[in-house]
Amino acid sequence: MNKTDALIIGAGPTGLFTAHQLKLIGLDCEVVDNLDKIGGQCIELYPDKPIYDIPAVPECTGEELTNNLINQLKPFDIKFHLGERVEEVKKDKSNWLVKTSNGKSFLTPNVIIAGGVGSFEPRKFPPTECKKFENKSLFYSVKDKNIFKGKIVSIFGGGDSALDWAVELSKECKINLIHRRDEFRGAQATVDKMQELVKSGKINLFTKYQIANVHGDQRLESIDIKHENNEIKNLKSDYVLGFFGLIMQLGPIANWGLNLNKKTIEVDTEKFETNQKGIYAVGDICNYPGKLKLILSGFHEGALAARACFKLAKPNEKYRFEFTTTSSNLLKRLGKKE
Amino acid sequence: MEGAVQNDIPGIDADCGGGMACATCHVYVKEDWFNKLPKKEDGEDDMLDMAFEPKTNSRLSCQIIVSDEIDGLEVNIPSKQA
Ligand SMILES: Cc1cc2nc3c(=O)[nH]c(=O)nc-3n(C[C@H](O)[C@H](O)[C@H](O)COP(=O)(O)OP(=O)(O)OC[C@H]3O[C@@H](n4cnc5c(N)ncnc54)[C@H](O)[C@@H]3O)c2cc1C
Ligand code: FES
Repeated sequence: MNKTDALIIGAGPTGLFTAHQLKLIGLDCEVVDNLDKIGGQCIELYPDKPIYDIPAVPECTGEELTNNLINQLKPFDIKFHLGERVEEVKKDKSNWLVKTSNGKSFLTPNVIIAGGVGSFEPRKFPPTECKKFENKSLFYSVKDKNIFKGKIVSIFGGGDSALDWAVELSKECKINLIHRRDEFRGAQATVDKMQELVKSGKINLFTKYQIANVHGDQRLESIDIKHENNEIKNLKSDYVLGFFGLIMQLGPIANWGLNLNKKTIEVDTEKFETNQKGIYAVGDICNYPGKLKLILSGFHEGALAARACFKLAKPNEKYRFEFTTTSSNLLKRLGKKE
Repeated sequence: MEGAVQNDIPGIDADCGGGMACATCHVYVKEDWFNKLPKKEDGEDDMLDMAFEPKTNSRLSCQIIVSDEIDGLEVNIPSKQA
């Protein structure tokens, strides 16, 4: 059981700056994110695109912004739990008991939800039959490539993940690569390599096809793919891999008894608290009159939510407003003063 | 797309707010309209790769700018996207 003053759900820009604000005012915090990396939408959706409206930063990419926010956290010791989704938030006397998908649990008076539009999850195959084979013979990511040795693997997608795995697995397996159009969005070098392997017969390429169905009892036996012109082909297959990127899903957040408005959580604008005492929502996921889904708004919301956490984390102390430029307290926490 | 979000049309979530980064605003455009629309920009097809059951007449509704020329445009939403 991890005990902390505040638990932050989401390591996007809002979660990161909120962590900074908590540590600055002397509170402990830990951060959980479902992604395997820090940065939220900025790192997952647009790492190379420049952003022009961060105050005092004329131009920086999603990745640069993330790195700057991580640097700003350097003076502090903050534990990140990546690749874990927060599943459950439950009342436990005056605390909240929080559980993750990896079985970790946290006990904390304050939970700050900085969950964006929800957690990033792989996009799945449309046919409902696919569910039956999920995580047995049908995967959306590769954990152990050895299971594919000598098997027939059908890979769907046109981006880097699909191409990289097609090339890599073609060394030891029979590969079908299926994509909905002729163009690939993966790196040109990988596309070229894949085309070579197609020529030498190592990869069977099917373009303008999509998955239509999967067949098999216990084990997957074959799949149907459908051409743009509705022609159907049946391919023998031991395994299926789908790489269609990630989609944001509100997921478990919907079950925590919070006031929701479509995919957002209603908060007040003083503490950014939800209808549950000690649970706050900041950044893209919160909603109040006038809310702007901008990074700069998330920073402001996080700063106020952090102050609100103080009361529940340290009921016997009083929070004092201070500047980082002049407060020796803050400078000590920042490691700028003995 | 904005029209759909403001009117709460189920199936057009537009999670990324028109940023061409989520494909949750995916629609099928009626064939005769498809050719009248301004062509897809770079990147739109890349994003459509990830949409739910894309077809030849798929578009991202956030990339369709409403104008007089396309008044009367009809689109459908993939049955399971809602
Ligand atoms: C293409 C594009 C361009 C943009 N350009 C700009 C711009 O120029 N300027 C600007 O200000 N904004 C821009 N934005 C918006 C900006 O990216 C968002 O406002 C910002 O990322 C919101 O930050 P956040 O921390 O609130 O959420 P996010 O960045 O969405 O991060 C939320 C994190 O929470 C995690 N999470 C959610 N639920 C759970 C759970 N249950 N368990 C564990 N983890 C969970 C998610 O995995 C995710 O990593 C742009 C967005 C896009 C898509
Ligand atoms: S609104 Fe996200 S791609 Fe159109």
